[in-house]
Amino acid sequence: MKVPSASARASLSDELGLRRALSGWMLPLLVAAMALLAALSMAGWVGSTALSRQWHEGAGAALTVQVPRPMEPAVKPEGTRLAAAVALLSAARGVASVHVLTDAELAELLRPWLGDSAGQLALPMPAVVAVKLKGAAVDLGALGRTLEESAPGTMLEDHGVWMRRLSALAFGLQACAMLALVLVCGIAIAVISVATRAGLAARRDAIEIVHGLGATDGFIAGRFARRAMLLAASGGLVGGLAAIPMFVALAAFAAPFADNARPAMSVQDLLAALPLPLWGCIGALPAVAAAIGFATAQMTVRRWLRHLP
Amino acid sequence: MVRFESVGLRYGGNGGQHPSPEVLHDISFELPEGMFCWLRGASGAGKTSLLRLMYLAVLPTSGRLTLLGADIGRTPRASLPRLRRRIGVVFQDFRLLAHLTAFENVALPLRLAGGAEAQIRADVTELLRWVGLGRKLHVLPRALSGGEQQRVAIARAVIARPRLLLADEPTGNMDEEQAERLMVLLRELNRIGTTVVVASHNDALMNRHPAAALRLEDGRLVRGA
Repeated sequence: MKVPSASARASLSDELGLRRALSGWMLPLLVAAMALLAALSMAGWVGSTALSRQWHEGAGAALTVQVPRPMEPAVKPEGTRLAAAVALLSAARGVASVHVLTDAELAELLRPWLGDSAGQLALPMPAVVAVKLKGAAVDLGALGRTLEESAPGTMLEDHGVWMRRLSALAFGLQACAMLALVLVCGIAIAVISVATRAGLAARRDAIEIVHGLGATDGFIAGRFARRAMLLAASGGLVGGLAAIPMFVALAAFAAPFADNARPAMSVQDLLAALPLPLWGCIGALPAVAAAIGFATAQMTVRRWLRHLP
Repeated sequence: MVRFESVGLRYGGNGGQHPSPEVLHDISFELPEGMFCWLRGASGAGKTSLLRLMYLAVLPTSGRLTLLGADIGRTPRASLPRLRRRIGVVFQDFRLLAHLTAFENVALPLRLAGGAEAQIRADVTELLRWVGLGRKLHVLPRALSGGEQQRVAIARAVIARPRLLLADEPTGNMDEEQAERLMVLLRELNRIGTTVVVASHNDALMNRHPAAALRLEDGRLVRGA
């Protein structure tokens, strides 16, 4: 007696003939395109988040103090106005470091406006003090008043206005990335839903036969969902893999602006420099695509089956 | 086993401003368990619609239908698949799944019922051998003759040992000898307790196998069993 072979068993789970009805490369290709867009949106999100953090840690954590007539005596304590200002700044809570810019550094700062002769000008120049802040919040108002009392005319610039603008810009970029991600997911759901409906139309007879033999809605929806999940996952995988060279290209563009920038970075260096969340995104794409495919097909088929008794 | 009480059927339901015409009107009869019954009537009389009600492909739009002890109007939709698994149907056009082999077509009702694979293999193989298709277990329907497809369809209808077996013009595509063999099979199934309802307009066949009959004319039952 001959029993079903392994090849015959292989088709057991395709009672509805979905391998033919939901076949070809169109659905995986569309899902791959969606996955690629999702990956790029994630890259936008991760990039804008990193940029925002970098701004906060750089400009947001720095103060610039200008002390006019630095060598004149301070009101209090004794010594020059510059020395008094440096002493007050160094003692202030939340200050990590205080650095008085040298004449050469000042000349370098002025070079864009005054040219190479910036260092030889006879104009009275204020002393410029670069202050780095640390975690604790600094009471800039109180610090400014103390400096004013000691060395009147001292100006304290906290970059707050720029930081607020940059933060708004970063938030805008993050919001755009999130919106793009949501839209991509919505389009993926629509694409899978349309493909599932096409499969339902193509296999209507088979569905009615299996339904008549006693198949439950869960059984029929499960067969569609499994097929859609497989196709969506393969699309997600292709899209994720296609995103890697794009990430490398973006990393190459961004490399000169990074803190640890090097003159020439190899592909390996760029790959290693990619943020962990992006690798996580690439790894998660097939799973997320599969989940969207499964859930969309389940809902679409179950809704369609309500037309049958 | 089967009870119709003033059952009416209108395809598309009663809803809408322009409901479709009623194809079955005020049908009432009862079939006790273990009965063999002919369903007679000219083409378009409503035989297929009556059978569709009996295998739950459609639900009544009026009246009360009781099948296998269940009042269908009060049975939740989620419970209907279980009822369907206890009803076997032989269609005139066979309705085999073209992408599945003869074995897989016949095994389908058992797999839907969650049967053990080893038992399914044994039962399906035995039944297909019994209907003379032991050498064509793994052949697709398109490679089978009409008569062979008919036998696969019958095997699929009876493999789960249904309590109610319905056949819609089962001999329509058969010669006289094949029709006789099918009747012997249906009679045998009836003898072991299966309630059998066969829709036919083959008077000669019905005369050779006399049994209770329901006659439909224009969607109305004109003579009870």
